[in-house]
Amino acid sequence: MKKFKLDWLILPLVGIAFILGLWAVSSVTWAKDLPSPLKTWESSKPYVLEPFAKRGEMDQGILRFTWYSLLLVAQGYALALIIGTPVGFCLGLSKSFTKTFDPIIQILRPVSPLAWLPLGLVLFLGAGKEAGTYGALFTIAICAMWPTVLNTAVGVRAVPQDYLNVGRVLKLSRWKTLTKILIPATLPYMFTGFRLSLGIAWLVIVAAEMLTGRPGVGGFLWQEYNALIYEHIILSIIVIGLVGFGLDRLMGLVERRFKSV
Amino acid sequence: MAFLELNNVSKGFGGPPVLHGVNLSIERGEFVAIVGYSGSGKTTLISLISGLTQPDSGTVKLNDLEITAPGPDRGVVFQNYSLLPWLTVFENIALAVDQVFPNHSAEKRRQLVETAIATVNLTPARNKVPRELSGGMRQRVSVARALAMDPQILLLDEPLSALDALTRATLQDEFERIWEKDKKTVVMITNDVDEALLLADRVIPLTPGPGATLGPSVAVTLARPRDRKALNHHPEFQRLRAHIINELLGYNARRRSTVTKKLILPDILPEDLDLPRTSRTRPLRPHELKKESITVGL
Repeated sequence: MKKFKLDWLILPLVGIAFILGLWAVSSVTWAKDLPSPLKTWESSKPYVLEPFAKRGEMDQGILRFTWYSLLLVAQGYALALIIGTPVGFCLGLSKSFTKTFDPIIQILRPVSPLAWLPLGLVLFLGAGKEAGTYGALFTIAICAMWPTVLNTAVGVRAVPQDYLNVGRVLKLSRWKTLTKILIPATLPYMFTGFRLSLGIAWLVIVAAEMLTGRPGVGGFLWQEYNALIYEHIILSIIVIGLVGFGLDRLMGLVERRFKSV
Repeated sequence: MAFLELNNVSKGFGGPPVLHGVNLSIERGEFVAIVGYSGSGKTTLISLISGLTQPDSGTVKLNDLEITAPGPDRGVVFQNYSLLPWLTVFENIALAVDQVFPNHSAEKRRQLVETAIATVNLTPARNKVPRELSGGMRQRVSVARALAMDPQILLLDEPLSALDALTRATLQDEFERIWEKDKKTVVMITNDVDEALLLADRVIPLTPGPGATLGPSVAVTLARPRDRKALNHHPEFQRLRAHIINELLGYNARRRSTVTKKLILPDILPEDLDLPRTSRTRPLRPHELKKESITVGL
């Protein structure tokens, strides 16, 4: 395909138009319950045009909901990094640690967030009203931490022997070897892990909110499904997608900064 | 008792020993070059002296103390520079200086770093990170780092082999100048006989591995400072050079090796002017790729 002026803008717009067309045609042919694009826009207007309005617990502007979700994701994600990074370092540094914990990690890794959430709720039953929040945090942390754990481990194993030899010749202490050589050498791998983890954290939040009924994009989506307002399901999906895309781009920028070192 | 002593040292990595029965003694202030083929165990020898690996049998002693671990008293200049890519020139050297002289004041340590950078003429590049430097500049940083530690002995592991011939010559001269200044004990590993003769007091050939060992050492009596241009026509230089090369070639007499070379020939096909120029049916100027095997035996 030849390049032409503004192709970076026009081609994606063509793609979006194609999907909109498919959606519009579907809504009048085989999926009669699917709201048309126009109807979706009409019905979503109050949520989009007053994105920060608060009319009730589950009736708020879409960006306000997004903000709630992001806050929860940030906490769960931070938890995932705080736990995942040291675990990754241990895996990368110690062969016996790897032998001990690698099988269990490989077993826990593919477990769906939907399976973790009930366990999280059970774990924090004692917390009463806050059980939902803690359960959601637990689920986000445990699902999102694996890419960080595994990438950090790979990064630590990939530190060139030359750098470690420099540390040995200088007789750097263990702490200095860690801060001056291991961590800087592993950073690019760690940030790849961080980016993947953030993507998963954002996936999990929607599921967690749907099950706990917390206010947020996911909670809103599920509530509107139950209330038969299908337009808002689509609105939520679009917002979730856009935010996820934005987060990924943001982390991509940060990652690139560290990769260039 | 010599300053550095290797006594009947052998080292292997599972298979047949790479080095076998190596004896070496070096006096304080001596510049010794060890020349040998690639893969003959030169780097292993340096690793043993630096303490990065331990011998299977025999002893390595510096100042009559057995070497069991690496330490900053032996400054190593690695073949591939081994600079930390996330630190600037200054920081790379400061890491070493701060570690070796923890009792100096911060100002004193900063001065040591600056002096080391100035010694290798890199002051204008002091705030650059390694990827912004050429290969020769990186190797100079590596040398500065080793010098800044004020080691008892300087170990150079093929320090210039990754550089182009011109940069190599410049750095050799720079090495000579630096060595003349404080006459440190130096062990340099190299595969370049001319380089060894230009810099060293003594050249020792290493027989090819496995089971490599050091041959008889050759004293280089050429007066210093040595001028590379004049040296080429110096009869003593030519004699030493021929002697060492013969020695090295002699080791290899019974070895035959096949070298496979990939040759890319330049564009030699004439263009057919009758064909339309836009024709894409065949590449207009194909590269000829040819593989050629040469058996080398001496």
